[in-house]
Amino acid sequence: MGLIEIRWHGRGGQGVVTASELFAEASMLEGNYIQAFPEFGPERMGAPIKAFTRISEAPITIHSHVYTPDIVVVLDPTLLGQVNVTEGLSDDGIILVNYSKDLESLKKILKFKGKVYALDATKLALEKIGRPVANTSCAGALVKITGLVGIDNFLAATVEKFKEKLPEKAVLANKEAIMAAYNGVEQ
Amino acid sequence: MKHTIPQEEYMERGHMACLGCGGAHAMRYLLKGLGEKTIIALPACCWAVIPGVYPYSCMDIPLQYVAFEVTGAAISGIEAALKAKGKKDGTTVVGWAGDGGTADIGIQALSGAVERGHDVKYVCYDNEAYMNTGIQRSSATPRGAWTTTTPVGSTKAWKQTPKKNIVEIMVAHEIPYTCTASVAYPEDIIRKAVKMKEIEGPCYMQILAPCPTGWKYPPEKTIEIARLATETCIFPIYEVTDGKYKINKRIRDDKKKNIIDYFRTQGRFRKLDETTIQQIQSSVDAEWELLKKKEKCFGEEI
Amino acid sequence: MKMVLSGNEAAAYASMIARAEVIPAYPITPQTKIVEKIADLIADGKFNTQFIKMESEHSAMAAAISASLVGARTFTATSSQGLLLMHEMLHWASGSRTPVVMVNINRAIAPPWNVWADQSDSIAQRDTGWIQFYCESCQEVMDTTIQLYKICEDNDVLLPAMLSEDAFYLSHTSEPVDMPDQDAVDTFLGKFDPPYKLDVENPHSFGSLSMPHQWYMEFRYKIALAMEEARKKIVEVDREYGKIFGRSYGGMLDLYRCDDADIVLVAAGSMSSTIRVVVDELRENGAKVGFARLRVFRPFPAEEFRSLAAKVGTICVLDRSFCFGYEGAFFTEIKAALYGIDNPPLVRGYVIGIGGRDVTRNSLINIINDSNNPEIKGPVDTWVDLKRC
Repeated sequence: MGLIEIRWHGRGGQGVVTASELFAEASMLEGNYIQAFPEFGPERMGAPIKAFTRISEAPITIHSHVYTPDIVVVLDPTLLGQVNVTEGLSDDGIILVNYSKDLESLKKILKFKGKVYALDATKLALEKIGRPVANTSCAGALVKITGLVGIDNFLAATVEKFKEKLPEKAVLANKEAIMAAYNGVEQ
Repeated sequence: MKHTIPQEEYMERGHMACLGCGGAHAMRYLLKGLGEKTIIALPACCWAVIPGVYPYSCMDIPLQYVAFEVTGAAISGIEAALKAKGKKDGTTVVGWAGDGGTADIGIQALSGAVERGHDVKYVCYDNEAYMNTGIQRSSATPRGAWTTTTPVGSTKAWKQTPKKNIVEIMVAHEIPYTCTASVAYPEDIIRKAVKMKEIEGPCYMQILAPCPTGWKYPPEKTIEIARLATETCIFPIYEVTDGKYKINKRIRDDKKKNIIDYFRTQGRFRKLDETTIQQIQSSVDAEWELLKKKEKCFGEEI
Repeated sequence: MKMVLSGNEAAAYASMIARAEVIPAYPITPQTKIVEKIADLIADGKFNTQFIKMESEHSAMAAAISASLVGARTFTATSSQGLLLMHEMLHWASGSRTPVVMVNINRAIAPPWNVWADQSDSIAQRDTGWIQFYCESCQEVMDTTIQLYKICEDNDVLLPAMLSEDAFYLSHTSEPVDMPDQDAVDTFLGKFDPPYKLDVENPHSFGSLSMPHQWYMEFRYKIALAMEEARKKIVEVDREYGKIFGRSYGGMLDLYRCDDADIVLVAAGSMSSTIRVVVDELRENGAKVGFARLRVFRPFPAEEFRSLAAKVGTICVLDRSFCFGYEGAFFTEIKAALYGIDNPPLVRGYVIGIGGRDVTRNSLINIINDSNNPEIKGPVDTWVDLKRC
């Protein structure tokens, strides 16, 4: 595996940065080198934001921005049409969108020639977690789609990340949401 | 004979203060009350010079000379470090600053320190102007006073605004103890120093420390003038303990002196006109009545 | 212990593992996570320290100095405007010979408001008598913070030190960081025990008046001597740290593929890592390019630059700051260090990444290509990636 760059889109407060870190931390459990960082700037609740993950088998030393991501994840469907989510994404790239309608309509909106995946992560999060926080579900789906990280390590990283911040019940709910996304994402 | 003032000295002979310096008296009496286990931080002010020139010092206690505006911050750091080292018990941490270093440039750090609740004692020796730099007005300079930056001239350009009431600003911080004191009443300074030492938490004391050089009077008159300030009620002596007011030097209405008696002793008020003196008299009277009301409303039950 | 930490979190954990006893600090973007993380560690019972939530950076530094004089190991952190507000107290810290360790997040200075990477804040503190380090990775932030206590608290040094890391590029970027073992750090650092303390059992005065014919000048001279001692100590501590913890950072000047280089780039901070990638890429194509990372700015690695200069043809100096009316500070100082040597290399200066503008591979390639351009440009003609204005 060479250097893989992932860009996460969402809005302030949706756990975008957390998702970027979680994916990195899971990858680190597999012995990879990682980096995770938010778009540099003031974060405002509800405003469109980005976060980035870099993973690689070799040490990562680069500290400039991500311009040509290999993978894009969109946590909030209301960004479609507002933010150019496929910017810099090459045709052999991957995009995953939290999207409740059919895949074909998504492809039409995106006008993207590479691989497009949709997951109704908000619905899933509401079912499993009780709150519309799609970050962990989307990340779980990305585990399945890319195979970059094993699901066991991803769940382990999730527990590690949340065990001190969330009640045990909420950690479990997130794990369930991840598994549901992992099993449910349309390949 | 029973001494009313402890004989122990922590400020020795050989200091560099002016003749008749009220600030020198203030420190000497304060330390008699606080004792030897005292650490003092002092900023730019007359007292940055008074202890002596390196490597000499007239002081028997540790001193840190600090920047002008940081007294409150410095004592916060000292107190926290003593706690970290397990050495806080029995040690009194004191900030000792002039009125400019307190009411003007140092007010932020002072406010921060007392708001955070450090166990520190902040003492302002109040000579009512920037004396170390040569008598420039501070916000604690009283209305009507001549200074080199309120030089009166031919346009009555004395200080136009009233003295900033830093004591009440400290009371508003709801700290355990705030008080005024005066070099005219050394036993009172010592009693209050002992009281501050025993209270755990931030305390503030403001000592009136007349300055012969800046106030323009003969050096031997320091104590007399300080006493007049209290007897005219322009500088009342009182304390506020846990929000309760107590006037320590009660001035009976028939004994209360006119402000003119105080002004006549000092060259700095020499050119004041009758109208201004009357205006100042009215405001002194009003402040004194207000203080008595505060004592009545928020005082200890008698 | 291996963790994923941002540069901010690495600084907070480092203050814990170094057992800072007093931490007076004030929050400022993008340093806030340092004070928040310290507060978390204390709230969770993991970190036993006196954390003073100051009312300004100026007061924070004043409190740190006083705490250090009592004999407590102190830590603080700031950025940009906060560092500028501290300026007076920075001089006071070195004058007091207090080994305060501070992490500064390199951020641009307003106006206009800009919270992104720029080294003007710390460069403006060049003459305050502080040891100055610049870090390249979150791991280095952790390791250097620990090293700094060892360097500064040495009785022959007793000077404050500032570690700078770029806003966001390090402060907000999460990377794998290995936090050394507590016992090993305890042994490495030992206890802070300065020869003179604010102590009621043994009273001293600190900072009293000293007149022109007395000792002021000698006190200043001793700071100059201490900086020279720091030079040796920095190299020694980095080497010792490497032996114990398995990581070291090149002492004063961190050289990368410079041995047979024709062109060497010089820079400090997070852009260093991007430069390494470009150097590797160009080396694969046969270009003899190297990189010298300015790890320490004060004391200045003048001797190290003279040794380097003897071997190379061109040095390209990249400044993420600018001294108006002249040029980038690194550029000026490197040229001064090389004055009078035989066959000096060509030294060229470039101003880059001001206010957080991204330093990209392309920017760096352009600089290397430009270094072959025989035309010598003036200081305002070497701003890289400038838009038309």
